[in-house]
Amino acid sequence: MIAFMDFLSQPWHWSVAGLVIALITIGLALAGKRFGVSSSYNAFCAATGAWRLSDYFSFEWSKDGWRLIFVAGSILGGALAAVFLHGAAPDISDKTVSHLQELGISYEAAKEAGQEFIPMELFKWNTLKGVLIAIIGGMLIGFGARWAGGCTSGHAITGMAQLQLPSLITVIGFFIGGLIMTHLLFPFIVNL
Amino acid sequence: MKNLVYLILGILFGVVMTKGEIVSWYRIHEMFRFESFHMYGVIGVAVVVAALGYYLIRRSGNKALTGEEINMRIIPLNFKRHLIAGTIFGLGWALVGSCPGPMFILVGNGYFYFLLVIVGATLGTMIYGLVRTKLPH
Repeated sequence: MIAFMDFLSQPWHWSVAGLVIALITIGLALAGKRFGVSSSYNAFCAATGAWRLSDYFSFEWSKDGWRLIFVAGSILGGALAAVFLHGAAPDISDKTVSHLQELGISYEAAKEAGQEFIPMELFKWNTLKGVLIAIIGGMLIGFGARWAGGCTSGHAITGMAQLQLPSLITVIGFFIGGLIMTHLLFPFIVNL
Repeated sequence: MKNLVYLILGILFGVVMTKGEIVSWYRIHEMFRFESFHMYGVIGVAVVVAALGYYLIRRSGNKALTGEEINMRIIPLNFKRHLIAGTIFGLGWALVGSCPGPMFILVGNGYFYFLLVIVGATLGTMIYGLVRTKLPH
């Protein structure tokens, strides 16, 4: 059992990760559902009473409640992986690491602090800049996902697997936005 | 019983996104800098295998195990809508290095900063709900 846990604690190869995500997509399809995470945000809006502002937020618990169960499971899964399957930090490309070092973001320091998934110089909840990055970044994601009708799961995985053209166009948009942010805006934001 | 299936698939999703390193901000940054194949490999395998799965389901009657028709959710193509909305999403994705699934999973991993990102995404969803009649669809 311990040997098996050690085996699972290693970083998972991209092909294994891709395969498991596909199995989740197909598992949900066989259960009569279409894999997509961002729709669950409608429930949070409904919970704040926003249905008084727009009928768009009249969340149907019977129809979409499964999304919240799935999301709760994913939080639990993240916690289980962190507690029981913690292993080596991601082996990020040397080019990316040294480029970020020039911008003042140290991957080594993040790993040492046990914060290997985030640029800890920026992602601070107790600085104005950190809070603005989280809120504005989150707003762009929430607004964009709802207008597009889905996010990385609903469009990039499920939509593309269903060979839907709107999903392909949306994913091209994801990349246009991502490239603009990474190459043009991010180096500027870091130095603000 | 069905709820247990959603919960287990959700747990599996949280584990695979963490151990597959998709929740890493650095992996997303690296992807948009074209300096690693990792994320392209994950998305590529997921799409091809899921497409194969959908193909096999279609060949065997296109029914879920519950007996209902497979949920395809066809939405009409509006080039402007999908390209602009996608671009807005991409800007946020590359900034916080996390899309809607990983936001939750990172909270599970103990990165409570992402609760703020979740608040932001809820606000963004709310703004969409208020202005959506003015947007092309």
